[in-house]
Amino acid sequence: MGIIRSLTLLLIALVSVSSLPASAQDDDPGRELLVNLAEAPNSGVEEALNAIVSSGHPRARGWLEAYGNNRLSRVKDTGQVVVVLNNRGRDWEIANPLTGENMGEMSRRELDRIAINNAIRGQLEGILAMLDLNAPDPDVREASAQDMMGKVDASLIEPLEARLELEESAQVRNRIEEALAIYRVGEGDIEAVDVLAGSLHPRARAALNQAVRSDDPVLAKKAGQALGTIEQKLKLNRAAETLYFGLSLGSVLVLAAIGLAITFGVMGVINMAHGELIMLGAYTTWGMQQLLPGQPGLALILSIPAGFMVAATAGIIIERSVIQFLKGRPLETLLATFGISLILQQLVRTVISPQNRTVVTPEWMSGSLVINDALSLTLNRMYVLGFALVVFAALMLIMRKTRLGLEVRAVTQNRNMARSMGIRATRVDIMTFALGSGVAGLAGVALSQLTNVGPNLGQNYIIDSFMVVVFGGVGNLWGTLIAGLSLGTINQLLEPWAGAVLAKIIVLVFIILFIQKRPKGLFPQKGRAAEG
Amino acid sequence: MTIKKHVKIGLSALALSVSLNAMADEHPIKVGILHSLSGTMAISETVLKDTVEMLIEKQNAEGGVLGRQLEAVVVDPASNWPLFAEKARELLAQEEVDVIFGNWTSVSRKSVLPVVEELNGLLFYPVQYEGEESSENVFYTGAAPNQQAIPAVNYLMNDIGVERWVLAGTDYVYPRTTNKILETYLMDQGVASEDIMINYTPFGHSDWQNIVSDIKSFGSAGKKTAVVSTINGDANVPFYRELGNQGVSASDIPVVAFSVGEQELSGIDTGPLVGHLAAWNYFMSVDSDANYDFIDQWIEHTGDDEAVTNDPMEAHYIGFNMYVEAVRKAGTTDVDAVKDAIIGVTVPNLTGGYAAMMPNHHITKPVLIGEIQDNGQFSVVWETPSTVAGDAWSDYLPGSRDMIADWRKPMFCGTFNTATGKCGASAGEMAAEEAE
Repeated sequence: MGIIRSLTLLLIALVSVSSLPASAQDDDPGRELLVNLAEAPNSGVEEALNAIVSSGHPRARGWLEAYGNNRLSRVKDTGQVVVVLNNRGRDWEIANPLTGENMGEMSRRELDRIAINNAIRGQLEGILAMLDLNAPDPDVREASAQDMMGKVDASLIEPLEARLELEESAQVRNRIEEALAIYRVGEGDIEAVDVLAGSLHPRARAALNQAVRSDDPVLAKKAGQALGTIEQKLKLNRAAETLYFGLSLGSVLVLAAIGLAITFGVMGVINMAHGELIMLGAYTTWGMQQLLPGQPGLALILSIPAGFMVAATAGIIIERSVIQFLKGRPLETLLATFGISLILQQLVRTVISPQNRTVVTPEWMSGSLVINDALSLTLNRMYVLGFALVVFAALMLIMRKTRLGLEVRAVTQNRNMARSMGIRATRVDIMTFALGSGVAGLAGVALSQLTNVGPNLGQNYIIDSFMVVVFGGVGNLWGTLIAGLSLGTINQLLEPWAGAVLAKIIVLVFIILFIQKRPKGLFPQKGRAAEG
Repeated sequence: MTIKKHVKIGLSALALSVSLNAMADEHPIKVGILHSLSGTMAISETVLKDTVEMLIEKQNAEGGVLGRQLEAVVVDPASNWPLFAEKARELLAQEEVDVIFGNWTSVSRKSVLPVVEELNGLLFYPVQYEGEESSENVFYTGAAPNQQAIPAVNYLMNDIGVERWVLAGTDYVYPRTTNKILETYLMDQGVASEDIMINYTPFGHSDWQNIVSDIKSFGSAGKKTAVVSTINGDANVPFYRELGNQGVSASDIPVVAFSVGEQELSGIDTGPLVGHLAAWNYFMSVDSDANYDFIDQWIEHTGDDEAVTNDPMEAHYIGFNMYVEAVRKAGTTDVDAVKDAIIGVTVPNLTGGYAAMMPNHHITKPVLIGEIQDNGQFSVVWETPSTVAGDAWSDYLPGSRDMIADWRKPMFCGTFNTATGKCGASAGEMAAEEAE
């Protein structure tokens, strides 16, 4: 790759030229460079890029980035190359690449995109990473050194080694050394295996795996040993990862089920519309983001109280209009609430859309927390896990420490006795149902970050919710927490070797057998109230 | 005024009344639309209903066909497979429609097959499917596996140098059959069985953590790895989100999808997915005037500036125009006459070329590979040099290798076995048998 060799040139040029004012446009050499890139056949793209890099044009870096993002186009009539600033819809906003000046909107028909594919994008990433290796911020340098791993070729060795000499940060040095070693192992360098022996990076492993298959027996043996050490380290990481996957799936189950643990577990109402209350919470998040465009994070936070209120209000309406008249008739409650769930689904389909809605994930929730090269925890799921625990703790507090919690427990244990003590049982019913429904709304807010927000959202979770509540022991919040987390973990432990479909079936069979043995679940209610 | 003039006026009045009478006698051509407008498939199928309605409107504005107007008859099979058969019967027996445009999932098509064969209807099916079928009464305007899956795998193998394969799909007939074909094909090409990983997930699967993590470690074995995804429907959204979050980039492990189109991508932020691939026969981003006109028309019809078009919509566009052309050629809407006339009919597609109806009731299509861009669209990175004819019976499955379909006389058979020289059961009979 001759591109890289000219990078140093470009860098020097960047420093010297960028301080000059933009020169006259007509004789700008950039025009021809871009046209060459646009007209190059697939095999000639490298050469065209090479020319751009070595030209040292002050805007070259911007062009490379635009090209990598599919944002370079040609105006069909004039042949002028432009940068597309906004490529949504039928009219695209374009700018002059030579001056950066905004040229307004142009119809998509008039523009011809300059094609790029994955192979070229890989080369470009290498070039850009190489440029970033000189950035003042060590984090940027480390990230770009990491990007270089697996992309190093002969022409890169020299500049990378030069960079290594200058580098002060130990982490960045390690990365560059690893990147160099990956290339060297590929070339049959036995010493380089030692550098990779401790690395958990997948590309380092890939390089060693390749070396194991090499013709050189010494290299193959050494690489095999290095892989052995890495595998040992990986085992622990894999176990941690599986545990995290399990807890995160479990937290989703807990969130979905915990509202049901109150309405079904504590009040004894079989509410088949529970899933649709979750769906309402998710749609509230979507609605909030529509109200606050451009601020998905703020909208998400505001959705937490809003989702609770919307679902709680819906819960009150359901309770007042239907459930209160069906007290003590579980079969009819089941059918009636099933009907309500269908009504709510169709309502969303008619009023909003049968299509799924896009809920944006805020910046601070995307990506993952990197523990090491082999273990990184996805952020959105980590937030949901934390949220589930907070919701659980808050519910526990309400049930144990507040007047409402006391009254709820009194009414569910002995309704008549509680009433004769002056507790307004009807009001308590409403409040409890609203609480359970509101928590379902909270679950919806969280789920909107993990899954599709659509009319069917609720249906996907209703069975799981009942499963968790029954398994944990009806009427026991702790049971729901333990049951949710353990079912999630069991599921994720089974999944790698049983597959997603079979894992679900095994878990279901396990619960059926468990309920045969212990009909009241993990943590059965004790005492006279439970017997009645 | 001369007598001559009187006669002239009288004659023209007579001619006018005759032609008016003729118009009144001619019933409109009834076009049945059999797409789910509620239930899980409503997401995908509602737009297809709108597409056919739009095409009918346009055709009527241009004067209809054979001087007759077209009339849409819309029914809602509600994503309920047995209901598809009932609604098809209603369309053919009660409404007496001349043609049906409909179905999305293979299982719904199998449910309808015995009905359209029994009542001798015409069905245009617009979605890519697993092949292994050819019915006298059905026209397959979506891709067969050799028009999507096989070329995509070839592209990965030859242009990207992929040596290790993950075949991930939703657990039902289309992914299972396609993966069986691909597995045989890859083995034929010398890929070892330990370099192929197959994974199935249920419809609407949302927890992809483990699978994505497995794909990552499968991909670190030192050979270029790619994922061939037949994951269907909205399960794709959490799948791609997880890919992005776990940092699986297209330059490490590209994912090529057969069921992810513009519609599905409109549900996610495609920033982290740039470079992942999809194989289709049409992309909304295709640079052709026919396509731009179609998009303008679609946006006008829906009144939504952000409305997207996709591959099955193009299939209906082609199928509809083929039907219109065949009716013109036959001079009647009689089902048997149209069936004969439509073979060989050629109409423009939206990618700047032409689609022809083959004797096996499949059509010719170009195969395009597109890379996902940050605006939710695809950019075409590779396409077949010419169009590919759909193959009803795959060459990569035992038992189907010897089968051919040819609906021209004298063969007139959808399941002709070249080894035994015999014609097997019809597609409808086979579907009915399977259902029992």
